[in-house]
Amino acid sequence: MPREHEEDALDLRDAHRANPLKILMFGWEFPPFNSGGLGVACQGITGALARGGAEVTFVVPKRLPVSLSYARLITTDLENVEVHAVDSGIHPYAASGSYAKHEDGTPVYGDGLVGEVARYARAAGRIASISSPDVIYAHDWLSFGAGMHAKRLTGKPLIAHVHATEFERSGGHSLNQHIFELEKEGLHFADRVIAVSERTKQIIMRHYGVPAEKIAVVHNGIDIHTALTPSTAPSRLTKLKENGTKIVLFMGRITLQKGPDYFVRAAKRVLEHDPKVLFVVAGSGDMERSTMELAASLGIGEHVLFTGFLRGQEQYETCALADLFVMPSVAEPFGLAALEAMRIGTPVLVSKQSGIAEAARHLLTADFWDTEEMANKMLFLLDSPELAQTLSRKAKRESSLLTWTRAGEKIRDLIDELAPPSYSYA
Amino acid sequence: MASVCFYFQIHQPYRVKRYRVFDIGNDEEYFNDEGEHDLNNTRVLRKVAEKSYLPTTELLLRLMERHPEFRVSFSISGVALEQLVHEAPEVVARLQMLAATGRAEFLSETYYHSLAFFRSRTEFERQVAKHASVMKHILGVVPRVFRNTELSYSNDVAAWAEGAGYDGIVAEGWDPILGWRSPNFLYRPKGTERIKLLLKNYKLSDDIAFRFSSQEWSEWPLTAEKFAAWAAALRGNAETVNLFMDFETFGEHQWESTGIFHFLEKLPEALLAYPDLDFKTPSEVIARYGVHDEVDMPEVVTWADTDRDLTAWLGNDLQRTAFDAVYALEHAVIGSGNRKLLEQWRRLQTSDHFYYMCTKWSNDGDVHAYFSPYESPYDAYISYMNALKDLTLRTRGHTPALAP
Repeated sequence: MPREHEEDALDLRDAHRANPLKILMFGWEFPPFNSGGLGVACQGITGALARGGAEVTFVVPKRLPVSLSYARLITTDLENVEVHAVDSGIHPYAASGSYAKHEDGTPVYGDGLVGEVARYARAAGRIASISSPDVIYAHDWLSFGAGMHAKRLTGKPLIAHVHATEFERSGGHSLNQHIFELEKEGLHFADRVIAVSERTKQIIMRHYGVPAEKIAVVHNGIDIHTALTPSTAPSRLTKLKENGTKIVLFMGRITLQKGPDYFVRAAKRVLEHDPKVLFVVAGSGDMERSTMELAASLGIGEHVLFTGFLRGQEQYETCALADLFVMPSVAEPFGLAALEAMRIGTPVLVSKQSGIAEAARHLLTADFWDTEEMANKMLFLLDSPELAQTLSRKAKRESSLLTWTRAGEKIRDLIDELAPPSYSYA
Repeated sequence: MASVCFYFQIHQPYRVKRYRVFDIGNDEEYFNDEGEHDLNNTRVLRKVAEKSYLPTTELLLRLMERHPEFRVSFSISGVALEQLVHEAPEVVARLQMLAATGRAEFLSETYYHSLAFFRSRTEFERQVAKHASVMKHILGVVPRVFRNTELSYSNDVAAWAEGAGYDGIVAEGWDPILGWRSPNFLYRPKGTERIKLLLKNYKLSDDIAFRFSSQEWSEWPLTAEKFAAWAAALRGNAETVNLFMDFETFGEHQWESTGIFHFLEKLPEALLAYPDLDFKTPSEVIARYGVHDEVDMPEVVTWADTDRDLTAWLGNDLQRTAFDAVYALEHAVIGSGNRKLLEQWRRLQTSDHFYYMCTKWSNDGDVHAYFSPYESPYDAYISYMNALKDLTLRTRGHTPALAP
């Protein structure tokens, strides 16, 4: 298997430090206990920083059996990284409408939410006080409370990394004021803010009033440490393609933010012209049922297949088999799933409202609401081997340049500015 | 004695509107976008006419009056002239006045600003003939010097131009090919006996066309006096300094606020301050000077990008697929005898369509993005191929042998 020479290229800056840089990181999920792109991003960033020589302690909130103590240590295959899980009731995607519930059905809004975030912060504070970090790093709103608490206790600088804002998660509707306030407080309290795209940076400036010079854009990446891996076994979907049926894939949470309804409406338009197309919706979420109902009401129920949430091997197979990967998000801070599809060589169509559309060129774009244009591009691509091959080849090459190592180096530069190394002249 | 020879390119394509799969078979118009963006050909033409063509032609007329020695030349694509006639007749009137001075020369090119030379010689010749006809009809001139689309040039193009009776031909003076030869003399293309080759001095041309307003450039700001001194410094080792550039350089690529008009206004005076510098049109250069050596360009050289070849238009699979597809229709479209189909097919041959599909990275990619009205090369390809598919279906419908 060809390996990239990323590790060789890393500069081991901690050779100059008296001690390795110690980063205390707060997140909300970490593979394999993740349900979305955030965990993948945290793993990518953590891995890249650790390979650069930093020592990273990664803390996640996770509902654990009561018999366990407040924290436990999970060993991962990443060197220099410890992952701590703090007992907490917070669910990662606890935002926007009816999805805002714990897995056991209890609501997370109101006092409950504030209480949970506070509980996570207190538990995090205990870790902060014993781990003596050089810098504190918080991923997204749920961990901002923890990050702020740790900053207060230790006096160390805080970096807030924004993978998504409440504005984007809510798709512009039913914004949760508690979350918004928490985000705003965290962003202002942080010493530096990192946004996953220019469009997210703009939102942070406009809606949260954070000055431009405090915000750096670091695009997400992909590399051999996180990329999906190929399978040897043939996928069940292979059969479907035998009779010439083309597959168009939606892969992601089925929520308002991701635009599954636009996907289905574009599908309707495509099927009017070409009935030999199967639309696969891979994922789960609060709009799963309504999306199914929409497909049925448009009379295309049998052309839209719902697979439920896929992970690992299944995810790879489905993505690799698809003739086109579509991400019609209403608001997408970055869109890591699209980058993964590009890496596999599956042509990609994303909404112009996606961060990936500014970071990569070899993909198709359309406004999320313009289902006519989306259908146009789907139909054209499915009928054009030249375009499909060109996109596949160029996207593979382009995505190989968008690595976590590159993202990690940018982040490391920012950290070194905030927490300059203390040199040892011994 | 050395001569300064200006040639300005005027070209505006008919850009293909956003043409969707659903439009195939339902919409016969490809070039009629009416939106508030740069796919709207009328809008672009009016904007460029106002910002560039009109003020610049007026300035040139004043300079002609002020300096009897002043000379310029133009190459105007047929599709640009046609759009000017419809949308900006005041510019056409100024061009006619310039032609009437007898001191502005007009070059020959393909009416559709196409790359037909490299695919269909007969179609290419039809387009050159059509261009000659509008030059005579609208401007009252008979071009004597040929320039192929985007300065695309090779020994073959030169040989064709000699056979067609031209006195001269213009090309990019690209040093990797010229070697020790200077672009500031006339040459004899390999394989020809009579025709003379004028080469663009791209360094001095680009100082005006590209670098003029660049504040990172060590020579910024560029004054007419400074530029004239550079040209004068070539005396003794130059007979003709060929300054070839887009006419839109004045007012469009370089905005009025950069001082470009002031620069142009002062330039003749600054150059004429040197008694042994003068102005000549390409034909005057050819009449005055002899050839110094033979130049051999077996491969195609253009004035685009750092590659200076055809890869800006035909460098990737999509561009080549589109180029093949449009010429594959030649026989059927001509056989249909339908004037509208023929006209649309020829407009689709304009080189700009392929340029918009360029996926080159690097700085050149940014240049392509600047000149493209599409959000991505893929958008350009999709609209173009959809329109071409519609044209194919309509052509089939018009072919007598295939009609039901």
